[in-house]
Amino acid sequence: MSEDTLFSEVLDRANRADPYPIYARLRENPVSPQRDGSVVVSTHAAIRSLIFDPRLSSEDLPPSHRPPTGNPLKDWLLNPIKDRIATAHRPLIFRDPPDHDTLRSVVMREFTVARVLALKQRVVRDVDALIDACRGRDEVCLVEDLFYPLPVAVICDMLGVPEVDEPQFQRWATQLATALEPDARHDEASRHKTVAAFDAISGYMRALIREKRRRPGPDMLSALANPITTKPGPGGKAAMGDFDLISTAILLLVAGHETTVNLITNGMLTLLRHPHELDRLRADPERAPRVIEELLRYEPPVHFRTRKALGTIEIAGHTIRKGAPVILLFAAANRDPARFADPDRFDPDREDVQHFGFGGGLHYCMGAPLARIEAEIALVALSRRLIAPRLLADPPPYRPGASLRGPERLGIGINGIAARST
Amino acid sequence: MSAAADAGIVVVGASLAGLRGAEALRRNGYAGRLTLIGNEPYRPYDRPPLSKHVLSGELAPDASELPQLVALDADWRLGHAAVGLDRVARTIRLADGAVLAYDRLLIATGAQARHWPAASGGALANIFTLRGRDDAARLRAALAQGPRRVLIVGAGLIGCEAASCCRDLGLPVTLLDPNPTPLARSLGTWIGGVIAECLKDSGVAFHPGARVLRFEGDASGRVVRADLADGRTIEADLVIVALGATRATDWLRDAGLMADAGGVTCDGACRVLAADGTTCPDIYAAGDVARWPNSLYGGRLVSVEHWGNAVAQGAHAARNMLAPAEDQHRYDHLPAFWSSQFGINIKAVGLSEGADSVAIVQGSRASRRFLAVYGRAGRSIAAVSFDQARWLPAYAEAIMAGSHHPPIRDASDQGRFATMEPGFPPPRAASHADEARHV
Amino acid sequence: MTHPTKTASSRTTPLRVVVDLNRCQGYAQCCYAAPGAFEVRGHEILFYDPAPPRARRGEIERAVQACPVRAISLQADDGETP
Repeated sequence: MSEDTLFSEVLDRANRADPYPIYARLRENPVSPQRDGSVVVSTHAAIRSLIFDPRLSSEDLPPSHRPPTGNPLKDWLLNPIKDRIATAHRPLIFRDPPDHDTLRSVVMREFTVARVLALKQRVVRDVDALIDACRGRDEVCLVEDLFYPLPVAVICDMLGVPEVDEPQFQRWATQLATALEPDARHDEASRHKTVAAFDAISGYMRALIREKRRRPGPDMLSALANPITTKPGPGGKAAMGDFDLISTAILLLVAGHETTVNLITNGMLTLLRHPHELDRLRADPERAPRVIEELLRYEPPVHFRTRKALGTIEIAGHTIRKGAPVILLFAAANRDPARFADPDRFDPDREDVQHFGFGGGLHYCMGAPLARIEAEIALVALSRRLIAPRLLADPPPYRPGASLRGPERLGIGINGIAARST
Repeated sequence: MSAAADAGIVVVGASLAGLRGAEALRRNGYAGRLTLIGNEPYRPYDRPPLSKHVLSGELAPDASELPQLVALDADWRLGHAAVGLDRVARTIRLADGAVLAYDRLLIATGAQARHWPAASGGALANIFTLRGRDDAARLRAALAQGPRRVLIVGAGLIGCEAASCCRDLGLPVTLLDPNPTPLARSLGTWIGGVIAECLKDSGVAFHPGARVLRFEGDASGRVVRADLADGRTIEADLVIVALGATRATDWLRDAGLMADAGGVTCDGACRVLAADGTTCPDIYAAGDVARWPNSLYGGRLVSVEHWGNAVAQGAHAARNMLAPAEDQHRYDHLPAFWSSQFGINIKAVGLSEGADSVAIVQGSRASRRFLAVYGRAGRSIAAVSFDQARWLPAYAEAIMAGSHHPPIRDASDQGRFATMEPGFPPPRAASHADEARHV
Repeated sequence: MTHPTKTASSRTTPLRVVVDLNRCQGYAQCCYAAPGAFEVRGHEILFYDPAPPRARRGEIERAVQACPVRAISLQADDGETP
C-alpha cells in the first residue's frame, strides 16, 4: 500500500469498521498528495489553518448533468434548464461567500434558540416512545428499531412537513446523502438515483412552500417562505428565492438525518465498548455534554469533507496547487497525538476537546445544537432504560459511506426495558 | 531552605496578567508560598465590559470578577499598592508601610489612565476617566443622571466605545480628537473613516482636528464647557477623558530598573532588565506594563496593552520563572485586540504602527463588513476585521509568516485589491518607545 | 480583604465566567446551550453575563463544552475565593 493511494484505502469498505490506523499513516504526512491529484489533509494544525483559509472553496460539486432519456423535449429543453437551476442553486454547503453568507444568515435567523429548545420536549417524548415500543424484547437494533426515524421526524417537525410524509422523506434523505460520498459521486447509477430523488423532493417542496404561503404555520418553512420584508442590511438580502429555499430545505433534511443517527449509534457503540463510561453516564446524566463532545472527537458522524483550492496554498511545508481537490480528514485530526494526549483513548474527562466533529469555519454544522440535544436525550435514555445492554456483534456492519460513517445495524442484547425516568 | 526561598513568589498586580500568571505558577507545579498584591480592594476583574455593558447599565460594575481557573492557595494583599522595590534586600514596600520579602517577583502592575491636568480644569466635578471598576461605577452613575451633553475627549477604542454606549442610552454626545478620524493611531485614517461614518449615522457630533485647552466650571465647581485650541467652545456637563494610559511604574522609580512611563523593559524571555542593561534573574514582568523585544517585529521594543497579551504573557513569564535559566523560552506574541461599537465587532491582529499601505482583502469597506491588511515595505504586518472575523486566523498566520502584502490571493469573496495609504498620524512628540495602545 | 478566607462556593455567590473574545469566532453554540447567559448581537458580537446565577451551572458547563474554539472559562468549584 503506497502513500499516494492511502485515501482509496479509506474509501474501501473493508476498512470501514476501523479506519483509524490508515488515518495514523496519513497524518505522517500532514498534506498527503494522492495519485488522483487530490490532497488529503489530516493533522489538527493543518486543518485548523485551512478551515479559516478563504482560498478553500466549497464549490467542488460537479455541475448537475441529467442522463439522456431518449425524449428530445426532455433531453434538449427541460433537463438542461433543470441542470442549470440545480447548478446555480446548490445547497449552501456547496457554496462560497458572499452567496453562502446570505443564505446561511437567512436560515440562521429562523433557526432560533426558541425553535430549537421547543423541539427538545418532542425529542424526549419520541425517544421514550421508541424505547417503550421495544418492551418485551431481548434484542433490539439501535438503527432500525430506534433511531433511524428520529432525526427526520425532528427536522420535519421543525420545517413543518406533515407527519404522514416522514417515511417518504427518510427514503429521499438516504439517497441524497450519498452525494457527499466521493465514490457515489462517480458512480453513474447512484448519481441517476440521486437526480431522481432530488427532482421528487424538489417537486414536493415546491408544493409544500405554496401550501405554507396559503396557510402559514409556526414552522420554519412558513417563516422562510413568508419573510417579513425588512430593509436588507448592507451586503445582505432579506429573503431567498424559491430555488434557494427548496435547496436549503432539502439540505437541512439531508444533512441532519444520517449524521444524527451516526452520532447516536456511534455513541452507543462506543459506550458499550467502554461499559464503565456507560455506568458513569447512567449514574450522572450531567456528564452527557462531556461524553458527547468526546464522542464527536472520537467517533465523529462525518469523517471528511472535500474542498477545492482556488489558489496555491503553502501549508506545513507543502504546496497545495491551484485547482486541487482538498480532502479535510476531520476524523484523523480528531485523533492527532500532537493535539490530544493518548488520542485513541475514549475519555470524556479530557479537557480542551477542540474537535472537528461538526467541521469548522464558515461551514460549521448549522444543526449542531439540535444534534447535541438529540444525542444527549437519546444516550441518557438508553443508559437508563436498557437493562444489561451488550453488543451482539462487534464490529457491527457499517453503511457504505466513508464520510458519513455509521453502523447499518447495531444489535444489542438486553434483559428488558426499564420504566421511564420522569 | 533559605530565608529567601521561604518568601516565595510575589506577584505585584492583581488584575488579568497577575491572576493568569499566578494560575500558571500553580499549574506548572509551583507549590511554594504565593502572594498577590493589588492596589484596588477587589479581586481580579475583567476590564473590557466596563467601557461597554457596565456603562450601558446592562452589567453591574462588580459583575465582571474574573474566574479563577485553578486553586491558587495564595496570600492576597488587596487594597494596598506597592510603593517601592528593593532589589538587593528583595523586598517590596506597600502603601500601608508593610514590607514583604520575595524570592522571585512578577511585575504585573498594568497601566493607569492619563488624567486631565488639574491646572486646566481637570479637578472639576463630572470629569471622568475610565480604567477601573470604580471609574466605571462613578461614570455609570453620572450617565444615569441624564446629562444634557456628554463630551468625550479622545477617539481611541475607549472613547469610541463610550460614545457608542452613550448614544445607546440616548444621550447627546460630542467626541473630540486631534486626528482627522477616530481610531487613527491604531487603524489609520482610511479605516478610521468607517467609524467616522458610524459616528455620524448614530448622531455623535465628531470634531476631528480638535484639541481641548481647558475645561471650565460653574460656581459649584462642576464642568460646564471645554475651550478648544481653535477658539471654539463646547458646552457639556459631563466629560470623559479618554486619552489612553501610562504604565504603572512609579513605584519602581528608585529600584534601579529600566522603567519609565512607557513600561518596564524586559529581555525576550520576560526577565526585567536593570538600569545598566543586565538581566535581573529573579524579576519578571507581564501584561500592559512589560516592554519587550518582539521577534515578530524585528526585535523592536514593544508593550502591548491588550487583554490577550496579559493572558499569554502572564502565563509565559510564570512558566519561565520556574524553569532553569537555560530553558527560558522567548515570548513571541502576535498582539490582538477586539472592540465592539456601533453594532460592529472589530478584531485586529499585529502591530499596524509604521504601515505604509493597507488593502481590503475580504468584503468591502462600503458594506462595513471587511478584512483589511496593513503592509510595511512589502510585508504584511497587521490586519483588522469589521464583522468579518472568520478569516482573521488565516491572515494572522500570513502575518506571522511575514507574507507579502497583500497576502492570500485567489480567495473567495475577494474584489480587486486596491492598496491605499493607511493614513497614520505622525508619531506623538512625547511618544515613548513603540507601543500598541488604545489611543 | 487583606486576610484571606477560603469559603466554599456558597449558594448566593454567582458563577464567574469569562470569554476570550480574541478566540471567539461567533459560532453561537453557547447561545443554544445557555440562552440566558450568552447572546450574539449584530453579525458577530458576543454578549455574555460574566456572573450568572449558580442555578445555571449545568447550562454554563454545556456552553463551555459546546464551544468549538474553547473560548469560555468557568471558575472551577474548587477555585478559591480570596
